[in-house]
Amino acid sequence: MNLFSEQIESASAERGPSSGTLDMLRCSRCGRDLVAEVVLAGDAACPYCGALFRQPAYRRIEAIVDSGSFIEIEREAEAGDPLSFPGYRTKLEKERAKSKMQEGVAIGKATIKGLRTALAIMDSYFMMGSMGTVVGEKIVILAEFALVNRLPLIIFCASGGARMQEGVLSLMQMSRTTIALARHSAAGLLHINVLTHPTTGGVTASFAMQGDITLAEPGALIGFAGPRVIEQTVGESLPDGFQTAEYLYEHGLIDRIVERNNMRETLASLLALHTTEHNAAPNREER
Amino acid sequence: MLHANPGTRSAWERVMNARKEDRPQARDYIEKLFHGVFEVRGDQCMGDDEAIVTAIAWFETCPVTVIGQQKGHTLEERMRCNFGMPSPEGYRKSMRALRQAEKFGRPVICLVDTPGAFCGVEAEAKGQGRVIAEHLRAMATVRTPCISIIIGEGGSGGALALSLADRLIMLENSYFSVISPEGAASILFKDSSLASEAAKNLKLTAGDLKRFGIVDGIIREPQGYSRFHMDESAEAVKKAIRSALKRLSHVPPERLVEQRQEKYLNMRWY
Repeated sequence: MNLFSEQIESASAERGPSSGTLDMLRCSRCGRDLVAEVVLAGDAACPYCGALFRQPAYRRIEAIVDSGSFIEIEREAEAGDPLSFPGYRTKLEKERAKSKMQEGVAIGKATIKGLRTALAIMDSYFMMGSMGTVVGEKIVILAEFALVNRLPLIIFCASGGARMQEGVLSLMQMSRTTIALARHSAAGLLHINVLTHPTTGGVTASFAMQGDITLAEPGALIGFAGPRVIEQTVGESLPDGFQTAEYLYEHGLIDRIVERNNMRETLASLLALHTTEHNAAPNREER
Repeated sequence: MLHANPGTRSAWERVMNARKEDRPQARDYIEKLFHGVFEVRGDQCMGDDEAIVTAIAWFETCPVTVIGQQKGHTLEERMRCNFGMPSPEGYRKSMRALRQAEKFGRPVICLVDTPGAFCGVEAEAKGQGRVIAEHLRAMATVRTPCISIIIGEGGSGGALALSLADRLIMLENSYFSVISPEGAASILFKDSSLASEAAKNLKLTAGDLKRFGIVDGIIREPQGYSRFHMDESAEAVKKAIRSALKRLSHVPPERLVEQRQEKYLNMRWY
């Protein structure tokens, strides 16, 4: 059975009814029913119309990096329950079993077309990629690792925001990741963000919007507040296509929308632009 | 000056207290704590957001930059201040104040009081998330002392933007939370009437944050604390600022930034 049957949805595609023992996905753009396992093991796109489903982290890594080059660090880091929040431990256990991940982000190093990079891939199938103490700490560790090894840093963002069950400790991760990435940046190192569906809340208001270059996947929901919150609090009806990658692009908030099958190529060319000998220019501030 | 044992009220009672209309707000403190106040207005690009007040002023014998979130007392003022929910213009104005503070070596005093950053269509279109992210980075790297005081509501990212500081101080009945108790109750318990239960579980009081090591000090509030009866607490806030400035103003800017950054990087809870 596929690992992600509970939470399949995307900006352009939603989960359909199950039939028999196979979990099905219904593409909300073209309405066709698809076998979840097959779609998610591939490029997580509708084979008929190309609408994107959310892509599990390890599948995404395979698609982006040179085959076998990803070396993961801190894979086993696990959240505790620092607030003793009701139901949180049980929730974590369920999410671990379902996603086969220990937390909502995988970090490590890899090469893309031979170019070395540090890499973080958030996974929205683990508690909607919410940022708690472990996700925050892993981003901090990766930024420090990239700084020490003078590596560029690519973060694939996917998050519903700060994790409520860890309260203000989740909020502090916005400050901590900001600081670690500011140090990485001050050393003249490149940080690319790729915003995938969905990137919202505390992640948008911290590291997802602190890169030198910001890319996004087509149709991804990207925003500070979620659309339902905005509708509820303001009583405004939302314009068509509001908070999609395309909307942000038109408003000058991101640099480029990149199709999934073009992502590896685009990242490689950006890395190459930042790894020439010009990068050794002496006018860089270091700490 | 700072008390570690802030009484026995429930978390929800404190949240309600933090939201009281006659509770002292940023402009009340500015009037009581500083003199020779010159208000700096506008982000010089899109407009002026009255949910954030920025000013240059004297704190005793020291010129400082003040950045405060203002909710407003009367309905008319509350509407002008958008109920204390800042828009991108406000955070941009605040970043302008930070840059100037750094240039002139002025310490920064932030007065935090917001239910949260504004969640509206326009705010999103102008990059609310990016502006808060940039503001956080500005606070993380600014080469001048930063003291933040949570005077009322510390609502999520909108409050956090002004809270990444060398010293973080909370008033006894303020709160600081990742989400409003009502929001947490409706999402997690599917029932917003369980807000008081959520408030307890979120561990959002000054005492909770002191135990987590996030907050450096708590300032006690007298009975019946309001903008009409705030002299006693204003004096305590003054004392807290004075003592923090005394310690921070001798630290070389580079060391100061390093210490601030280390403080946060060393906060590990797992």
